[in-house]
Amino acid sequence: MISFLGKRAVASAVSLIGLIVLVFFLSRLTGDPTNLYLPVDASLESRARFREINGLDDPLIVQFFRYAGDIIRLDFGVSVRRGEPAIDAVLRAFEWTLWLAVITMTLVTAAAILVGALAAFRVGGVFDRIATFFSLIGASAPDFWIAIVAIVVFSVTFGWVPTSGTGTVMHWILPVAVLFIRPFGLILQVVRGSMISTLSSAYVKTARAKGVKNRPIIFVHALRNAMLPVITVIGDQAAALLNGAVVVETIFGFPGVGKLMIDSILQRDFTVVLAAIFVTAVAIFLMNILIDILYAVLDPRIRY
Amino acid sequence: MAVAETGAPIPEPPHPALQILRMLWRDKFAFAATLFLLVVIFCAIFGPMLFEDVATRQNLRGRNAAPFDFSKDWSFWLGGDALGRPLLARIIVAAQNTITVAAGAVACSLAIGTALGLVAGYTSRGLSQVIMRLADVIMSFPSLLLAVIVLYMLEPSVGNLIIVLAITRIPVYLRTSRAEVLEVRERMFVQAAQVMGASTGRIVFRHILPVVFPTLITIATLDFAVVMLAESSLSFLGIGIQPPEITWGLMVSQGRPYLTSAWWLSFWPGLAIILTTLSLNLLSNWMRTALDPVQRWRLETRRES
Repeated sequence: MISFLGKRAVASAVSLIGLIVLVFFLSRLTGDPTNLYLPVDASLESRARFREINGLDDPLIVQFFRYAGDIIRLDFGVSVRRGEPAIDAVLRAFEWTLWLAVITMTLVTAAAILVGALAAFRVGGVFDRIATFFSLIGASAPDFWIAIVAIVVFSVTFGWVPTSGTGTVMHWILPVAVLFIRPFGLILQVVRGSMISTLSSAYVKTARAKGVKNRPIIFVHALRNAMLPVITVIGDQAAALLNGAVVVETIFGFPGVGKLMIDSILQRDFTVVLAAIFVTAVAIFLMNILIDILYAVLDPRIRY
Repeated sequence: MAVAETGAPIPEPPHPALQILRMLWRDKFAFAATLFLLVVIFCAIFGPMLFEDVATRQNLRGRNAAPFDFSKDWSFWLGGDALGRPLLARIIVAAQNTITVAAGAVACSLAIGTALGLVAGYTSRGLSQVIMRLADVIMSFPSLLLAVIVLYMLEPSVGNLIIVLAITRIPVYLRTSRAEVLEVRERMFVQAAQVMGASTGRIVFRHILPVVFPTLITIATLDFAVVMLAESSLSFLGIGIQPPEITWGLMVSQGRPYLTSAWWLSFWPGLAIILTTLSLNLLSNWMRTALDPVQRWRLETRRES
């Protein structure tokens, strides 16, 4: 187990370094932030001074190694735009995104497993068809479109929930509901497919022959074994949410890490962009480890 | 074996294309989806040629004209936009950019991903490792962010959008084709080809690729929907296609300021996106069964037995 974790950590570190190199050089290629932060009529001296203070006058390669050295000490630098350490802004935003992801994924997992297991129990039945149809719609609909239609219907027409922002529980309902739809459809399909094959396996037939009732067969015997592929998909979807539900966060004015990334890119705030990528990549790495451990818990045959 | 003993003469199998059409007709959802996609493709190819003028002509008296007013010209049946341009005609014209970007990105990532996957699956371990790690890096990268950075660096044009979206989708084909190749290369017919002295290129392209390809095409159909949604999101965020060019995603975002007074501005293009992606999903589901020789009997013999 320990050696497995070590191997995973090394592999992830290599990816992470590749990522940071790529983003660093790509983001520097998008242009000089000097023009963005100083007024158009700023003198050449003040421009040069701005570059000097922020270390922008050194060759790119020098800038990169200075930055890499800082990262090893977990110092991500100060955000030019906000005047505070970049990591503070990122962690604050990440907390919002983390809550959004946790709440959404908990609801999605519970609902998808319940509905998927029931749909698999009678393949081709009415319940199965309705569930499949809705999961297809969910996988096909663009989330920004659902978000604005939901705003028109539930906020503007009925006035039940606020259109955007944060503050009360009511503010969370629409973002969570919109984020819910696509992962729900995907996970539902996987639960259903996996349950269908598990329900036709020999040990389920044995349980039936013993006279075990339907409910324990579905939820005790079959579900646990059908969960392995499901967990993979749940992990992928959770990673997508942690990466920042950029569109949904933008539309609902949600101060998460996705919105922070987009804003920072548009404002050329490199330090924040890189810190945000670093934090999300580490979070996704930790989550992948957690999923690997879950595999071993669910299926004792899996050893690392 | 039991079939041969029933004594009935085995009927001549119909032409393969006809057989596929017949299978498609039996699944009404897949058939409807195919018809709709054909209409969309027709719009994408001929739409701008036929309706470019209608779609760009401004008519300030028809600003935000309400939909379902059948007394007006057909192009206004879905209403007019903020400059009085007919929505229906604009949706037809916008199909071209939307479909071009998605089709281009899928074609590029399919070609590159499959080629790399075949190499990774059939050649040395070292090369395979390099390719797979590269795929890991791409997979761990927030794809929307990659798109934003690249589109900021380059001009947000159709071509660049295709490149960005293609890069983010390459790992999907790479992993699938590699996994399939690893399995197929152990089969008897590959060994036979090796024994007969076929070159590596011939084995990979003439013997392995045809076996792997149906799976990849099914994934590509599904991926087409994913790429379309990604392009729409980028255009919606304002970092994809720029006006005066139009795509469905851009039309949704252009209608957003008028959401409370004229819902149809955003609603119809969004519906066009949904219907197209839904059709692609349905078609992909059907293809998964139809292109798989093991599963195919489910479609062929359903009504006849």
